[in-house]
Amino acid sequence: MAIKKLLIANRGEIAVRINRAARELGIATVQVYSMADKDSLAVRLADESVEIGPPQASKSYLNQATILAAAKATGADAVHPGYGFLAENAEFAAAVEAAHLTFVGPTAQSIRLMGDKVAAREAAAAAGVPTVPGSRGRLESTEAAFALVETTGFPVMIKAAAGGGGRGIRVARSADEFNHLMPQAQAEALAAFGDGGLYIERLIEGARHIEVQVLGDGHDVIHCFERECSLQRRRQKVWEEAPSPSLTPAIREKLCASAIALAKAVNYRGAGTLEYLYDDRTHEFYFLEMNTRIQVEHPVTEMVTGIDLVREMIRIAGGEPLRVRQDDVRVTGHSIEVRINAEDPTRNFMPNPGTVSALSIPGGDGVRFDSMLYQGYTVPPFYDSLLGKLIVHDKDRPNAIRKLSRALAELSVEGLATTKPLHQALARDADVQAGRFHTAWLEPWLELHASSIITDQASPVARAIL
Amino acid sequence: MTTQQIFSPLPGIFYRRPAPDKPAYKNDGDVVADSDTIGLIEVMKSFNEVKAGTTGKILRFLAENEEAVMAGQPIAEIDV
Repeated sequence: MAIKKLLIANRGEIAVRINRAARELGIATVQVYSMADKDSLAVRLADESVEIGPPQASKSYLNQATILAAAKATGADAVHPGYGFLAENAEFAAAVEAAHLTFVGPTAQSIRLMGDKVAAREAAAAAGVPTVPGSRGRLESTEAAFALVETTGFPVMIKAAAGGGGRGIRVARSADEFNHLMPQAQAEALAAFGDGGLYIERLIEGARHIEVQVLGDGHDVIHCFERECSLQRRRQKVWEEAPSPSLTPAIREKLCASAIALAKAVNYRGAGTLEYLYDDRTHEFYFLEMNTRIQVEHPVTEMVTGIDLVREMIRIAGGEPLRVRQDDVRVTGHSIEVRINAEDPTRNFMPNPGTVSALSIPGGDGVRFDSMLYQGYTVPPFYDSLLGKLIVHDKDRPNAIRKLSRALAELSVEGLATTKPLHQALARDADVQAGRFHTAWLEPWLELHASSIITDQASPVARAIL
Repeated sequence: MTTQQIFSPLPGIFYRRPAPDKPAYKNDGDVVADSDTIGLIEVMKSFNEVKAGTTGKILRFLAENEEAVMAGQPIAEIDV
């Protein structure tokens, strides 16, 4: 049933983005907000707003009962979870449906399946999608581990099953090293986590992060080509682009076909993204995981395909079938997005909440700024540091980079330190211009190029010239 | 004997423990050294230690665990 009133269960720039898409579809909006977000742009733009609790996300944006009560009180008939918070919480999706509301996203079952790493990997393998060679879940014995590395090859990562966030990982580069490290890893995992369970995964060094955007209506699925997001710091993407500068047309076709195969196998509904590692020396790609939500970097796909992903996901949730056929999805030109975070890149990315004393937003053809900022807004300290995203579109990658530099020079957020100077330095870098990077490229680059990240005060326009 | 206050250096969420399943850094009545950590402030998902900044005995905490605090807000009273 077509959605008439949409509750936005999120904050920041994505809440603004969803609000705009809903209005363009003639749908009324209800913005829920924590006490810290009373003055947010999303609240100002929405038709109605409801306070849902104190600043702490655990007591507001993650409070399912309060959010559902707000939907009931305002007569909303659908809930959009955005990204983060409850977006990939299967229980929430189920609770929304149980309350006879529409969840703008996939079924709870799809969220649950893709949220389980082992199950997702098995679903991928069953659909013929390559995954990183390794163990299916935890290894039951050291004998099984030795047998396995015969097939995966080296280097391999030995990971503690109970670890996480990079803890308890060892790298073995040869069979000798593996024989030596395996018992040690097991003993250490047992001591550190009380669980000696291990699993093994081939380490793909120098790999790129490439992801495929899909849209499904529960019956059919189309892809909207790929994005490359290899420029990352602490596993956080900072610069994303479409199309990837590193794929050949043949590999692109194979990659996108694999994404469709997996999304179709699970009858996927809504907007989703399949993430892959890509080794550009061997041209091999490996499925990592599927994100069952809209992503931060969705605008680069919108810019090159002309498809409004947020509007489409709302229409699909309202019961409409896919309106775009695969043959009609084409990529035009090149798009780059950079994340403008409230972090000071000249001081080790220290978070920097505060008040925006003055704001200049860049303009011109092919320039888009998706943000939660306005002049006089005080950025609260309680949530992530993403203030907005500067997105450019031009006929090809070199022109897109030049446009990005021009637009960054025009962007001015006074009162806060932002990551703008990082992006200016990246846009000037020869490797970035040549598309020569991988997921482990940015962190060492930052160590070496700290001095090239200059906070612009004097002449931003002069510095922008490449 | 004079009473001093320890102020939050940043705005954010104040935590008295290094992790939810760990004991508090300090309790009322504890003697602290200048460089002792008395809590954490979470600002934009990054955690920053709050140091005592002086030697003395903690009289009481003024901010509760998981309380939202402003920069410059007193979080503990200390007898120096």
